[in-house]
Amino acid sequence: MQRRTGRTPSSAAVLAVATATLAAGLGGCAAEPDPDTVTVLNSATDTAEHEANQEFFERCAEPLGLRIEQISVPADQVASKALRMASSDSLTDILELDGSELPQFAETGGLRPIDEVGVGDERFSDSSISLGSYDGVRYGVARSVNSLALIYNTELLADAGLEPPTTWDELRESAAELTQGDTYGMAFSASPNADGVYQFLPFFWSAGGDEARLDEGAGASALQLWKDLVDAGSSSRSVVNWNQQDVNDQFVSGRAAMMINGPWQVPVLSAQDEVDWAVASIPVPEAGQDPVPPIGGTVMTVPKNDDPERERNAGRVLECLNSEENQLAWGERVNNVPTDRHAAATYREQNPELAPFADLVETARSRTERVGTRWPVIGDALSGAFQSVLTGRASPEDALRQAQRQAGDDE
Amino acid sequence: MSADTSQRARRGAGRRRLYQWLFVLPALLYLVAFFGYPLVRNVLMSFQEFTPTTYFTGESPFNGLENWRAVFDNPLLGDAFWQTILFTVGSLVGQFTIGLALAVFFSRRFHLSGVIRAVLLLPWLVPMVVSAVVWRRIMDEDHGVLNSFLELVGLSADGVPWLSSPSVALLSAILVNIWIGIPFNMVILYGGLQEIPKELYEAAALDGAGPWRTFRSVTLPMLRPVVTVVLVLGFMSTIKILDLILALTGGGPADSTQTLGTLTYQLSFMQLDFGQGAVVGNVLILISAVFALLYLRVNRSDVGRGR
Repeated sequence: MQRRTGRTPSSAAVLAVATATLAAGLGGCAAEPDPDTVTVLNSATDTAEHEANQEFFERCAEPLGLRIEQISVPADQVASKALRMASSDSLTDILELDGSELPQFAETGGLRPIDEVGVGDERFSDSSISLGSYDGVRYGVARSVNSLALIYNTELLADAGLEPPTTWDELRESAAELTQGDTYGMAFSASPNADGVYQFLPFFWSAGGDEARLDEGAGASALQLWKDLVDAGSSSRSVVNWNQQDVNDQFVSGRAAMMINGPWQVPVLSAQDEVDWAVASIPVPEAGQDPVPPIGGTVMTVPKNDDPERERNAGRVLECLNSEENQLAWGERVNNVPTDRHAAATYREQNPELAPFADLVETARSRTERVGTRWPVIGDALSGAFQSVLTGRASPEDALRQAQRQAGDDE
Repeated sequence: MSADTSQRARRGAGRRRLYQWLFVLPALLYLVAFFGYPLVRNVLMSFQEFTPTTYFTGESPFNGLENWRAVFDNPLLGDAFWQTILFTVGSLVGQFTIGLALAVFFSRRFHLSGVIRAVLLLPWLVPMVVSAVVWRRIMDEDHGVLNSFLELVGLSADGVPWLSSPSVALLSAILVNIWIGIPFNMVILYGGLQEIPKELYEAAALDGAGPWRTFRSVTLPMLRPVVTVVLVLGFMSTIKILDLILALTGGGPADSTQTLGTLTYQLSFMQLDFGQGAVVGNVLILISAVFALLYLRVNRSDVGRGR
């Protein structure tokens, strides 16, 4: 500090305090992480899930002489938290992202291709590999994956003498027949966010819709199907507000005879004894077709690190987490389908009531396989399409044309 | 001699000015660090390609008006703008009118008035997201309490689609926000009413003014400064509405409840295009700035007019 004439000590003190205050507000640097600890960023904020994760991680880390530290934030904040960490160079050793978020992180060049840290790909299902890949390079490993199926109230269907519908026509008929009093025949999520988009995809894709060219028309019949269900009164008009949790609540309270939902609802469904339920495949436009549902789940990635040893440790932990037996145990724990082919086969045998999920995962598609980083914009455009069709603001064809405009061209 | 004193005086004045600045300095530094810097950064960001890559590489190349063009080409922007204005004006009018009516009502002491006033504060105490989730249930088209009630009193036969119709959803969101905002308006205005000297009312009564005339000629003019504060604070919190809408409708159905706040959120945190998110943020700042200037002008004209 310069001392100018005419400045009294007191004013110097004032200035010193001011600068000190300012200095305290800035700076601050991350502590150097402990070399024997592997840090993980994930969305396991739920206590049970957090502890299950910790247990599996430690099972793998302890033999390697490593400790595990989980940082868990709500699922919709993982991406922004990871970005903040990246900007201060304090990203965790393992970053667990939702499959649909992977391309945007892979594109940054900040992730290590997974082959380089030693998790081989020969054992995993194709759909799970595409979930963890961007531009043909694997950046993430999925321990387990989920998809969507038709879950139905066995009692209501038996009373009506119905088998679970397998085609769209059957779905329309059964849903209409099962609609009585307070109970709608069919429930699904058409919310204007990721939930609704996820639930729309099995219909859109099975109809031949193309997320890269929304206005080609093949997806219009899927919009029509949803609209028919709502217009006929077989589904509530409120589906435009329901997320997948709401759909499950409707089903469990007996207000829906059938619903579209995923295996993550199984714990809730198993814990209640109000309704008897079973799982069936998702209905397809024409008999004999394979359904094309979306594949969902998280992928574990290894951010690039200046210290190759940290990356190697992360790779070792991932390798162990994805062994056949650990994947199987994890799949059992979270009701998702393991991605290791053998583990998936065993899982299917041991959980016959969830077998449709295991089969659906075989033909499931990754949301980002074709459009990569453009998925968030395209997903938004799709949600705009089904929302405007369901609320009567646009015809299916017009809605898809509008969606294509909104999604824009390849950038 | 005279030159010497004037020099000393000048030096004294200089020193005094320095002290004055030193006293202002902490506040100035605080403003620059916590308001100036983010504002400038946000304006800059709207001219940059600011994506996840930026966080990893630290590079955010300037891309001219590309973000602005993309945002202004986005059909959602116009809708979001008008819906934000509608939402804000609707909420403020509703909150203020009901809040003022309740404040006037409670300014007369009566049995249990304190208890009821305390109960009316509840909406303010409940977290916004919790309120929204509860209202989602109340407004459910099939099983909501609201429609059951309307049916019971015979106002509506087959249920109002509060949250499932694009033509009603924005109104529903406004109604919920009014419910949330009433206590704040009521408390501040009630405090303002307590400040009005009783003599004025006595004088008005002697002059033979009726209740409405008293309200117009005594209560409202005396409340003016408080009214301005309530409306300004209300405007600032309402224009950037996000959490209520996200929890109540998620911006739907068919984007009928998208606001500039939800659009910023969508662009920045869902699509991770922070440059475009900053553009919408700047639009919000501009609207607020226009409003702030109006507010300052109104206030300045108040000063010295003996109002």
